[in-house]
Amino acid sequence: MDFNDSPEEAAFRIEVRTWLEANAPKKVDTKKMSEPELLKLAKAWQATKAAARFTCMTWPEALGGRGATPIQNVIYNQEESKFDVPRGFFDIGLGMCVPTVMAFANDETKQRFVAPAVRGEEIWCQLFSEPSAGSDVAGLRTRAVKDGDDWVINGQKVWTSGAHYCDFGILLVRTNPDVPKHKGLTMFWIDMKAPGVEVRPIHQMSGGSNFNEVYFTDLRVSDSQRLGAVGDGWKVALVTLMNERLAVGGSTGPNYGEIMDLARSTVTEDGNALSNDAFREKLADWYVQAEGLKLTRFRTMTALSRGQTPGPESSIGKIISANQLQDLSNAAMEMEDQFGIITDTAIAPMEAAFQQSLMWAPGLRIAGGTDEILKNIIAERVLGLPGDVRVDKDVAFKDMPTGR
Amino acid sequence: MNFDYSDDQKFLKNEARKFLEGNCTAAHVRKVLDNADLSYDADLWKGVGAQGWLGAAIPEEHGGLGLGRVELCAIAEELGRACAPIPFASTVYFLAEALMLAGSDAQKAKWLPKIAAGELIGAFATSEGPGVVNAANLQANVVGGKLTGTKIPVTDGDIADLAVVLANEGGKPALFLVELAGAGVTRETLKTLDPTRSVAKITFSGAAAERLGDAGDGFALTEAVFDRAAVLLAFEQLGGSDRCLEMAKDYAMDRYAFGRTIAGYQAIKHKLADIYVKNELARSNAYFGAWALNVGAAELPIAAAAARVASSEAYWFASKENIQTHGGMGYTWAVDCHLYYRRSRQLALVAGAPKVWKERLVQQLERRNAA
Repeated sequence: MDFNDSPEEAAFRIEVRTWLEANAPKKVDTKKMSEPELLKLAKAWQATKAAARFTCMTWPEALGGRGATPIQNVIYNQEESKFDVPRGFFDIGLGMCVPTVMAFANDETKQRFVAPAVRGEEIWCQLFSEPSAGSDVAGLRTRAVKDGDDWVINGQKVWTSGAHYCDFGILLVRTNPDVPKHKGLTMFWIDMKAPGVEVRPIHQMSGGSNFNEVYFTDLRVSDSQRLGAVGDGWKVALVTLMNERLAVGGSTGPNYGEIMDLARSTVTEDGNALSNDAFREKLADWYVQAEGLKLTRFRTMTALSRGQTPGPESSIGKIISANQLQDLSNAAMEMEDQFGIITDTAIAPMEAAFQQSLMWAPGLRIAGGTDEILKNIIAERVLGLPGDVRVDKDVAFKDMPTGR
Repeated sequence: MNFDYSDDQKFLKNEARKFLEGNCTAAHVRKVLDNADLSYDADLWKGVGAQGWLGAAIPEEHGGLGLGRVELCAIAEELGRACAPIPFASTVYFLAEALMLAGSDAQKAKWLPKIAAGELIGAFATSEGPGVVNAANLQANVVGGKLTGTKIPVTDGDIADLAVVLANEGGKPALFLVELAGAGVTRETLKTLDPTRSVAKITFSGAAAERLGDAGDGFALTEAVFDRAAVLLAFEQLGGSDRCLEMAKDYAMDRYAFGRTIAGYQAIKHKLADIYVKNELARSNAYFGAWALNVGAAELPIAAAAARVASSEAYWFASKENIQTHGGMGYTWAVDCHLYYRRSRQLALVAGAPKVWKERLVQQLERRNAA
């Protein structure tokens, strides 16, 4: 057991670091930038990365990649994380949507879309979730009806990250309500600026707006925009979801280190809050969980480094990190006592970092698979326990009971 | 990045499992559990010695195999999985580690070959009563090479040949080697929660004691030995936790209620997923401990604490929820769930309770922040 790079990995890391030092944007503070400013910087940075083939690295050279190994990809991401560069604008598009286009579109479509997406000139979003289809996404209702060589689409999507700045999207719709739910779906790519597409930001409970609702009113889509066969949309969607990027790194908010700092600076009757036994026990638990997750990622990297497929250990991350964030944020507020209710960044300790994370933690526990769905996934795919009883399996979609 | 067992280590682990599947079945464990006169499985102890495991991490010059600590961790994981009723931890993780940590050349040369050859059972005696022993309450005392005092509980103290004992000498705490067959030693086997591991009260009245390590270093050395033992024990705990998850899964898959297997109910699925998550966090923390122990890293104290806290919590949770998954049958003497429930408590207490280790962990964090 060691944490060392192989000689090849070490050489690649130096190459990456040298390139980043020469090319990463300098003297920027992305935390202080508005979204339009960030987007502009992100597009420029993506173009720079694409020219040097430090994006989509595992893709073949012909598609803009460099045929890199997964571990090289991880090494790049680790090194890039040390620089203040704009992040997050291209992850869904290049990580999930464009690979789906590459897998199912005709050559002409691929020629048209892949290269501009890699260069960051066009951004893609994923339009799957609906108000009545969250964990059960195959229960979606957005309807596409054939009209000559076109399809006419009506309905609504929700929780679409980045829809307001995206140029294109992949859209999963119902083309046949007379068959069971998984069998009546079809996938299309769409132009987000086309008439009949309306994007409305969602006002989150945190006060922010990171996601959107997308409404379709008689949106007309050519049959040539179809990805995969009519009725094969679920199979196509599974390819999209399997392309979800391996989460390596990535912090979600304040951690044990920050709350330790807070405790040290919080005066109590017997010194500071760090001397409180109950707090110290919790602190140890948070450390063990956070370190456990970090080290679990090292195990994943080890599998990649050995040319193996990572094991199921990578599935535990979000369950732990999202719940810990919620727990830790609450504990921090309690430590501040009556003062803990204040969210004014000018006077709340640590610029109200804990109050803010308390308000986004509920979203983390839901986005990208709820705690409950993730536990089902562990139980079924990792432990091999049976799937749930499916009362809707053999029922035509139109006959399924619905609530709100 | 090589944060996993190597192929050779996996092979060793697999061989250990095969050996224990033949020589340490539940029937072997129950033989010790059900017989108040048996303190351990002597045949298994001989077999483990013949496999070379007792000297796995002891240098070849002292009769061991000279493998690394990670190899010992792999063996520990399998011993924990099998609930092995033998004084392996006391002899290897405590006595041998204490000798390798603090022993003089003469002490190492005298005792390590005997451990490696399976000729010696060890014990580590610090506690004198409820609560944590410390400089203020330590009573055991050595005067002129003679030890007086009482140690309770001492795991494997009734069957051990050689004990490491924490005691004062001239007002300075130190560790001492005491041969238990000698004069001035009275031993009494105690009833405990886990009868598959033996525990004694030892009364010393002028027993010959030879200092191990420097005078004044008693508590520092005890902590250092605990750090080493904690990592190795974490692997036993991990092996036990994994076995509990397997047992719970196997039972749930075969148990039918309300017309279908209970493994299909989310109440059970989520319970088993929770066990899995805790086990994986424990595994990752234990691996880090193994790395730190193997290379003698400065991170060992915090790595050991994290490994101990995570694996104690994982084993406790897995062993109690394994009983719960088994329902009424899980509460019977005949079903093996309680073997693991008992062992999870024994392992969580033997090198100091998790609560104490959490405090040690936070102290390490404070030290790191101050540095």
